[in-house]
Amino acid sequence: MNIRGSDMSISRRPTKFRIEPGRKWKLLDLKELAYYKDLLYFFVLRDFTVQFKQTVLGFLWAVINPVFQMVVFSVIFGKLAEISSDGIPYPIFSFAAILPFNYFSQSLTGASGSLVGSASLLTKVYFPRILIPITPVLSKLVDFAIAFVILIFMMLYYSISPTWNILFLPLLIIIMILSAMGMGMWLSSLAIQYRDVKFALSYITTLLMYTAPVVFPASLILEKFGNTAYLLYGIYPMVGVIEGFRAALLGFKPMPWELIAIGAVSSIILFVTGGSYFKRTERIFADVA
Amino acid sequence: MPNHTIEVNDVSKAFLIGLQESRKETLGAAIFSWVRSPVKNYNILKRLNTYNYSEESEDLFWALRNVSFKLGQGETLGIIGNNGAGKSTLLKIISRITNPTHGYVEVNGRVSSLLEVGTGFHSELTGRENVYLNGTILGMSRKEIDKKFDAIVDFSEVEKFIDTQVKKYSTGMRLRLAFSVAAFLEPDVMIIDEVLAVGDAPFRKKSLTKMIEVAKGGTSVILVSHNPLAVQQLCKNTILLTHGRITDFGATDEVMQRYLGGVTMDRTIQEWSLEEAPSSDDVKLIKAEVRPSSPGVPVIRPGDGFEFEFVFYFMFEEECDVTVTFHLNDEYENLVFIGSTALTNLKYIAGKGYFKTVCRIPPDLLNGGTFTVTKLFVLRNYSELIYEHNEILSFEITSDYAYEHGNNGRIDGLLKPKLDWEVKANVETEMML
Repeated sequence: MNIRGSDMSISRRPTKFRIEPGRKWKLLDLKELAYYKDLLYFFVLRDFTVQFKQTVLGFLWAVINPVFQMVVFSVIFGKLAEISSDGIPYPIFSFAAILPFNYFSQSLTGASGSLVGSASLLTKVYFPRILIPITPVLSKLVDFAIAFVILIFMMLYYSISPTWNILFLPLLIIIMILSAMGMGMWLSSLAIQYRDVKFALSYITTLLMYTAPVVFPASLILEKFGNTAYLLYGIYPMVGVIEGFRAALLGFKPMPWELIAIGAVSSIILFVTGGSYFKRTERIFADVA
Repeated sequence: MPNHTIEVNDVSKAFLIGLQESRKETLGAAIFSWVRSPVKNYNILKRLNTYNYSEESEDLFWALRNVSFKLGQGETLGIIGNNGAGKSTLLKIISRITNPTHGYVEVNGRVSSLLEVGTGFHSELTGRENVYLNGTILGMSRKEIDKKFDAIVDFSEVEKFIDTQVKKYSTGMRLRLAFSVAAFLEPDVMIIDEVLAVGDAPFRKKSLTKMIEVAKGGTSVILVSHNPLAVQQLCKNTILLTHGRITDFGATDEVMQRYLGGVTMDRTIQEWSLEEAPSSDDVKLIKAEVRPSSPGVPVIRPGDGFEFEFVFYFMFEEECDVTVTFHLNDEYENLVFIGSTALTNLKYIAGKGYFKTVCRIPPDLLNGGTFTVTKLFVLRNYSELIYEHNEILSFEITSDYAYEHGNNGRIDGLLKPKLDWEVKANVETEMML
C-alpha cells in the first residue's frame, strides 16, 4: 500500500531551509505562521477546553473572579476610602477597568510560564516557538468576552448607555492585545532562561494592578501631579485602554485621546521589542528548557 | 528536485556543563560566596547563550564534533552508537529543535520528526481532540487530518474510546493512538528516535511494519535506535557515532557486525595470574571464559554451540571429591539453568594443583539474549562450600537479523530449540492410525 497521497494541500509548508548557528532572523515569518495557523487554533482551543475541566462551576469562574474583585474594590475603595470615580457609580467604574486589566494580567501570567511549561514540546518537535506565548494571550480573550457580558448587564442595571465612541472599542482591544503579547514575549523568553521571573511575577502583576487606574481614575494623577506626569503616565498602555473603556462605554467624560495615542505607541514598541528579543533568543530555548 | 534532501555539513554542538565548585574553608568565605552567588549565577546563565566554536573551555562538552553526511531522496539511514554518543543531539539539530554550535544542516523538503510518541498529548482532552492537536503539532493541517481521521482511528484500534478523555486510556491505547497519528504523516524526510521500541510486542511489530511501508513509499528515513533489528530492517546505510564523531559508515549489515562484534564479546573472559587470582582459603580462580565452540566465529548465535571454561588452583593437600557448579541467568534475572559436575554422576577426585573444567552447551538450545553467570561455586565432598564467585561472566547470544537470514530472525521464548517434527499432509485417515 502506498500511503503517500497526492494531496497538494501539504506543499504549502516552507520546505527549504538551513539550520546554522548564525544570528540571522526575521521579526515574523508570516508565511510560516500562516502554515501553522491550524496549530495555533488547536493550542487556543486546548487552553480554553482544559481551563475549566473537572470544576463544578466551569465557565462561571470567568464571571465570579471579576465580580468578586469588583465587590471588594467597591467596598474598600469606593465606600471606605471614598476614592473619586469621576461621578460614575463605583461598582461599574471599577468593573469597566477590571475587565481589560484582568485580561492583561492573566495573559501575562499565562504567557510568562508558557515556555517553561511547554519544555517537553520544545525539546521534541519543531514549530514556530512564538505560538506558545501567543496562545494564552488569545485564549484569555474568551474569558474577556464572558466577563464583558456581565458589564452589559451592569450597564442595563445602572441605565447607562454607551456613547458613539464605542466604535473605537476594537482599537482599544487591539492596543490591549498588542501590549499583552509584547509583555508576554518578553516575560516568557526571560522566564525560560532566568527562572527568577516565576518568583517575581506576582510582584509584577500586583505592581501593574495598583499603577493602572483600576481603583482610581487617571484624572487623579492629573490633579495631583500635573499635566506632564499625566502624559508620562500614558506610557503604560493599559492607562489609555482602561480610561478609554470607561469613556466609550460609560460616557461621563470625553475619550482621553492623548493617553490612547501615547499608549498605542508604547504598545507597538513593546510588541516589536518583545518579538525581536523572543526571536533572538528562541534558538537556545531547547537547550535551556 | 535536488539530489539530496538533507545535507549535514561539519556540524558540531557544545553544551555547557557544570563544574564542581571549590569548597569554602571558612564561614566568612562561605557567606561571601553566598552573597556573591547572584552575580555568578547570572554569568553562568548568560553563558548558556554566548559560547562559541573556537572556545576550548573546560566546562564545554562537545556532544557532536565535525559530523558530515548527505541523505538522498528516498534513502534510509540508521544512526547507532552507545549511550551518550550524540545520536539524539544530531537528530535534534536536523529536526530544527536546537541549533548547532558550528556548521550547518540544509534541508530540502517537508521534515517530520518523531522524537517521542505522543508529543503534546493532553490527558484532559479526548482522543479525537488529541489527534487534531498532535497532528497539527507534527505539521499537518486541519484539512489533512479531517481527510485521514478515519484511517488514523482505524489503525489505532481505539474507535470505541475516541471521544473519551485520554487520561482514561490505558498506556497501550494512548501509545497506539499517538503512533497512528505519526504514521499518517506524509513527509519527505522522517526522523525517528527510538519510538519503535515502545509498547508490547504485537504493537512494536505493527509499527515497524508501518515504518517499512513508509520508507518504501519514497520517504527518506533517519532512524536512531538501540534495536538492531529495526535498524537492519529499515535502513540501507548506517552511521556509527562514538563520542560525537562518525567512526564508521557503510552498509547497515557491515557496520552492525563491526559494532556488535565490538560490544558483545566484552566480559566473556576473565583471567588472573596465580599471585593476583581471587582466592578463598583453599581455592584460587585462575580463569573463566565463555566462547563459541567453533573457533573463528565472532559472536554466539542461537544455532551455535558454545562452552564455558573454568580453571581453578587448589591449595588443599588431601585429595577429595570436588564439584563445580554455576548458575546461568538471563537479562530479566530468570534462572535459565544450573550447570554442575555433580549432575554427571561421576566422581572427580582432586588434590593440590590446577583443575580445569569445560562445560559444552549444545547448539540450538538457548534463544538470543544477554546472559550472566551469576554464581560459580566449588563444593568439597558434596557439602562443604570452599569457593564462591558472583557475576563472573556476561555474554550475549545474538539473535539479530544480520546473523539469521533465512532463519526467521528473533522469535519469542527463553529457548530456541531445533525440534524434530513429523509432518504429513493430505493423508488418508487410515494411514494416520
